[in-house]
Amino acid sequence: MSVFLPASRAEVLAILADHPQAVPVAGGTDLLVHWPAQVERHDRGYVDLSGVADLGAHRWSDDALVLGARTTYWDVIRDPRAAVDFPLLVAAAREVGAVQIQARGTWAGNIVNASPAADGVPALMAYDAVVVLESRAGIEEVPLDRFYSGYKQMRRRPDQLVTAIRVPRAARDVQAFEKVGTRRAQAIAKVGLAVTRGPGGWRVVASSVAPTVRRCHAVERLLTDRAPVAGPGDLLPALDQDVTPIDDVRSTSEYRRLTLARVLHHTLRDHWGSA
Amino acid sequence: MGNAECHAVSAPSPFRTPHSAFRIGFTLNGAPVSVSISASDRLLDTLREGLGLTGTKEGCGEGECGSCTVRLDGLPVCACLVPSYQARGRRVDTVEGIDPAALTPYLESGATQCGACTPGVVMAAEWIRAHPDLLATHSIRELMAGNLCRCTGYDGIVDAIERALADGGPRG
Amino acid sequence: MHRREGLAKLTGRERYVDDLPLEDFLWGATVRSPAPRGRITGVRFGPSVDWREFEVVDHRDVPGPNCVALIENDQPVLAADRVRHVHEPVVLLAHRSRSALRRAVAAVEITVAAEPPVLDFRVAPRPEQVQYGADNVLKHLRIEKGDVGRALAAAPVVVEGTYETGAQEHVYIEPQGMVARLEGDVLVIEGSMQCPYYVLKALMHALDRDATRLRVIQTPTGGGFGGKEEYPSHLALHAALLALKARRSVKIVYDRAEDLAATTKRHPARVRHRTGVTRDGRLLAQDIEVVMDGGAYVTLSPVVLSRGLIHAAGPYACDHVCIDGRAVLTNAVPFGAFRGFGAPQTLFALERHMDVVARTLGIDPVDLRRRNLLRDGQSTATGQVIRDGADREAVLDRALTLAAWSEKRAAHRVGNAADPVRRRGIGLATFFHGAGFTGGGETALRSRVHVAGLPDGRVEVRTANIEMGQGTLTVFTQVAAERLGLAPDDVVIAPADTSRVPNSGPTVASRTTMIVGGLIERACDDLRRVAGLAPDTRGDALGAGLVRWHARHPGSEPVGVAEYQRPPGVAWDDATYRGDAYGTFAWGAYVAEVEVDLRTCAVRVLDFVAVQDAGRIINETLARGQIQGGVVQGIGWALLEECRWADGAMANAQLTNYLIPTAADVPAIRVAFLETPYPLGAQGAKGLGELPLDGPAPAIVNAIADALGVEPTVIPVTPERLSAMRSAEWGMRSAMP
Repeated sequence: MSVFLPASRAEVLAILADHPQAVPVAGGTDLLVHWPAQVERHDRGYVDLSGVADLGAHRWSDDALVLGARTTYWDVIRDPRAAVDFPLLVAAAREVGAVQIQARGTWAGNIVNASPAADGVPALMAYDAVVVLESRAGIEEVPLDRFYSGYKQMRRRPDQLVTAIRVPRAARDVQAFEKVGTRRAQAIAKVGLAVTRGPGGWRVVASSVAPTVRRCHAVERLLTDRAPVAGPGDLLPALDQDVTPIDDVRSTSEYRRLTLARVLHHTLRDHWGSA
Repeated sequence: MGNAECHAVSAPSPFRTPHSAFRIGFTLNGAPVSVSISASDRLLDTLREGLGLTGTKEGCGEGECGSCTVRLDGLPVCACLVPSYQARGRRVDTVEGIDPAALTPYLESGATQCGACTPGVVMAAEWIRAHPDLLATHSIRELMAGNLCRCTGYDGIVDAIERALADGGPRG
Repeated sequence: MHRREGLAKLTGRERYVDDLPLEDFLWGATVRSPAPRGRITGVRFGPSVDWREFEVVDHRDVPGPNCVALIENDQPVLAADRVRHVHEPVVLLAHRSRSALRRAVAAVEITVAAEPPVLDFRVAPRPEQVQYGADNVLKHLRIEKGDVGRALAAAPVVVEGTYETGAQEHVYIEPQGMVARLEGDVLVIEGSMQCPYYVLKALMHALDRDATRLRVIQTPTGGGFGGKEEYPSHLALHAALLALKARRSVKIVYDRAEDLAATTKRHPARVRHRTGVTRDGRLLAQDIEVVMDGGAYVTLSPVVLSRGLIHAAGPYACDHVCIDGRAVLTNAVPFGAFRGFGAPQTLFALERHMDVVARTLGIDPVDLRRRNLLRDGQSTATGQVIRDGADREAVLDRALTLAAWSEKRAAHRVGNAADPVRRRGIGLATFFHGAGFTGGGETALRSRVHVAGLPDGRVEVRTANIEMGQGTLTVFTQVAAERLGLAPDDVVIAPADTSRVPNSGPTVASRTTMIVGGLIERACDDLRRVAGLAPDTRGDALGAGLVRWHARHPGSEPVGVAEYQRPPGVAWDDATYRGDAYGTFAWGAYVAEVEVDLRTCAVRVLDFVAVQDAGRIINETLARGQIQGGVVQGIGWALLEECRWADGAMANAQLTNYLIPTAADVPAIRVAFLETPYPLGAQGAKGLGELPLDGPAPAIVNAIADALGVEPTVIPVTPERLSAMRSAEWGMRSAMP
C-alpha cells in the first residue's frame, strides 16, 4: 500500500488525473474500520487530503453555506450560525457516531461513501445541497438529489474530487430531522428522515430504506396537495412508491416501513390536509 | 479556486510519488517525535508498537468502543481510525501525557474498574474538563457516548467528570 | 479505600497481556471451521503463501489427550476429523508478522462434508441430528417439592406463560489474549483470565505435562463477566502448542470480530411456567420447565442449568414446586459462563410471569410479591430453610419508596392519556442470588488461602483469585488490613501465579469476597498462631512480631493457612437436589421506569432503582459500581443485545451491530444497600457481583407491559419486536400511532 501526500488542491487533482484508482482519504472513519483485517485494501494507493490547506474550512457566502472537502461534522456543530440557519445539519451531525467520529468524519466523505444509511446526506439533500466536483478537466456541479444512481453508484468520476458542498440559504418554514437507531448514540440509522419546506416546496428525504438516500417524491406530492391523512397507514401507499426497505442484520423491512410512516406522520401531522 | 490553478501544475514533483514507508514527525504529549511508519499503519499501531506507548488500548478496531481515544490537535479521536500519515506535523496527546494529580476525582468516584476502557475515557473526560463551555450545548453523557464501558454503568465516570469540573480547571 | 490499582489504570500504566514487553516472539492465529457440523475432508494450504515461514500446528501436535479438560472432556483442543460448530479451531499458525499471519489464515481452506446440524434448541432433534447420548440432552435435572400435580389440579386459578431469553455476549473491553513462553523447561502462560488453576488443569491434561513444568500467571484482566472463566484454557493451549513447536514465545490476541464470533455467550433459554394461585394471589404451585441451549460441547452447561433451576421459583414461599430442566446440544458455538450463570434467564421468566399472574388476577404486582416473599423459617424450592435475618419486605419497600412507585403510577396514568407519542410505565422485580458454588461445590473445591508474614513486617495475601475490575485487590487488602490492624500499604496482594499461590478456587460465582475473603480472615488468624503471636495481636505489634520471627528463622517465613470447610448445619443432596443449595442468598428489589416512543417503539429507561441486601458492604464505592455496571449490562440484555445467527455463526460479530448501552442510553442507576451481616462471610459480606444481572430485564419488561398493555415474553425487546407486537394488536390504520 502507498499514499500520496499532496499539499494543495491542484496537486490532488493532478494525482487523481494520473492515478484514477487512488482513493482520497479525509477523516478515515469509514475507510479504516476493521482496517487490519481488510488486507485487500492495503494493496491500493491512497491520496491523503489532510495536508491540503485549501480544501479545509467551511465558509458562509451571501446565499449559501459552503462546506469544504475536509469540513467535519464537528466544524458545523461548533459553528453557532449553523444552528440558526441549518438546524438539520447540526441535528444530523450530532447523531453521527460520537464525538470521536464527529471530529474526524467529513460531509464530503459521507456523500462519496454513498451509504444508504448516511447520516449527513438526508439533511443536505433536504436543503437542496449541490455537490461541487473538480478535476483537472474542470468543475462540475451536481444537485445532491441527482448524485446517486444506485447502491454505491454515483456521478463522480474517479479523477474528480468533491471540493465543496454548497447548501443554499432560503426561508424554510418547516425543518425536521429524525434518526432512528437501536441505540441513542453510536448507532447506524435504521430509518432516517429529513423534511423541509422552502421556496421550492416540500423536500422529504429518507435514508436506510432504499439502495441510496433518496427523496420521497410521492410523499412530497401528498404534502403539496394537502391530501387527507388520518394515520400512518394512509402514508403507506405513497411510501411504497418511494422506498424499498430490506431485512438485514440491523432491522427488518417491515419495521423500517412502518416506522418511517409513523415518524413521518407525527412529524407532519399538522400539515396533512385533514389534520 | 478554478481551472487556471489546476492547469498551472507543471512537471512531476515529489507529491506525485506514492510513499509506502517513511518517517513522520509530530508533537506527542508536548514534545517533538520522529517515527518510521508504513502507509498502512494506524495511529494506534504507531503509538503502541512504534513508540511503545501502550496506554492507548485497542478494544474493537472499528471506532465503536473509544478505548483508543487520543487527542489530535486537541479533539478526541479514535486512534484506530486515524492513518498514521495524517498525524504528521500535528499535535497528538495520549493518556501518558495526563498529570496523575488531576485524576483524584476519578479514583474517588469509582470511574475505573477493569481499566481497559479507562485511558480512552480519561482522554475524552479531560477534554470535557478543559472545555466546560461544551456543556452549554451538550450533556456529559452525550459527550461520553463514544466511550463504551462494560463495568461501571457510566455513573462512576459521569460523577468523576462532574467532580472534576467542580474542582475546576483544565489540568490535562 | 480507593481502588488499589486505580491510578495505574487511570494513567495507562497498567500492563495488560497485549502491553507486555516481549522479545523475539511470534503472533499466533487460529484457523476455524467454516461449517456448523460435518467431517473434515481436507485442509489445503494455498499457494499464495510461503508456508516455510510459518509454524503450523494441528491436532496431531497435541501431546496428551486432545481435549480441553473441564466438566466433561468432550471438547477437542483442535478438531481432528469432525467439527461440531462454526469457528471451531482446526489449525494454528504462527508468524512474526501479524499481517502476514492474517493473509495466511485466509489462505488455508478447510473443507467439510456437511452433516445435518441442530440450529434451534427448542426443536427436538431428528435421529440424524443426534450427537450426544440418545437425545442430545447434555444434562437433565429436576427439583421437586410437595406434589405439584395435585396442587395445580386443585388450584382455583392456573396461569401459564412461556418466556425466552437470547444469547448475550460479554463484551469485556479487553479482548481475549494469551502469551506462552519457555523459561528453561518451564512453560509459562500469561494472560487475561479468571481462573488460573482451570488453565493449569487444562494444560496439564492436554500437554501431558506435570505442574512443575507449568506456570500460569494472570495478567491484569480487562473485564471477564464469566467470559474469561473457561475460554482462556483454549487460548492457553493454542499458544502453548505453537510455542512448544516453535521453541519461541507466542502471543495470541483476538481482535474483536474473532472474540465475538468464536468465544462463549450466555445460554439462550426458554422457560415455561404453570402457576397455581388463589384468587387473592397466594402461590399454590409452581410447575416450571426450562430448556437451555448448551451449544456444541458440554462446557459448563450442567452447572449453568443447575443454578438456573435453583433460582427458577424465585424468592417466594410455595409448598408445591416442580422444576424440570434440560441443557441440550446444538451446533452453535458453545455457550458458557456469564455473570448470573443461568439465574438471570430463569428469573426473567419468573418475574415477568409474576406480573402476568397479577394482571390475570387483577391484583397489584407489588401485593402479589409481598404476599409470597419468603419469611425467615420458610423454605426455597430445594427445601433450604431461610434463616438469615434479612428482611426481604424491607428491601421491597425501600425500592418502592426510592422509586416513588405509587406517585409515578398515578402520574403516568395522567401523562399517558395526554401524550400522543409517548407512554410511560413502571415495573418491578424481586429476586435473589445464591453466593458461592452450588450445593457441595465449595466443599469439593476445598479452597486454600495463604497469608505470609514478610521480613519487613508486612503481610502478603496469596490467593488465585484475580482482579478483573470487580475490586478483588482492594477488598482483599481491606479484609486483611482490618483483620490484622494494619495499614492498607502493609498488605501485599501476591500476583495470581500458580507457582506462588495456592488454589483458592476460580474467580466466579460471587464467591471471591464472601468465601475467599472469609478464608483470608482465617488465614490471618492462623498467621498469628504460626508466628507465635497472641490471637489479639494487631497493628504495629503484629508487624514487629513478624520482623522478630524472621530474625529468629532466617531463610524461612511464617505462613497462615486456611482451607474451606463446610459450615455446620449445611447439607446438600446432589442426587435428589434437596437441601442447602447455597451458603446464603443476597436479596434484591429493582424498579425500572421506562418511556416508549410509539413512533419508533424505542424504549428508554428513565429511572432505575436497585435495592439489595448483600450482607455487610466492605467498600461502598466498589459495591455500588458492581451494581451499577451489572444493571447496565442487564439493561443491554433486556433491550439491545441480540446475537443474530446465520447457520450457527454470529452474523453481527461487530460492535457496530452488536450494540451495548452507551452513557447516553442509560440513566443514573440509583443504588441502596440494606446490610444484614452474614456471619460466615468476610466482615459479614455476601456475594453481590452477579445479583445485578437478575433484576433489570424483568423490571424493564414489566415496565413496558405497564406502559403499553402488551405482554412481551421474549428479550431483547427490540423496537422491531415491539413494533410487530403493536402492529398485530392495533393495526396501522387505527388513529393510534
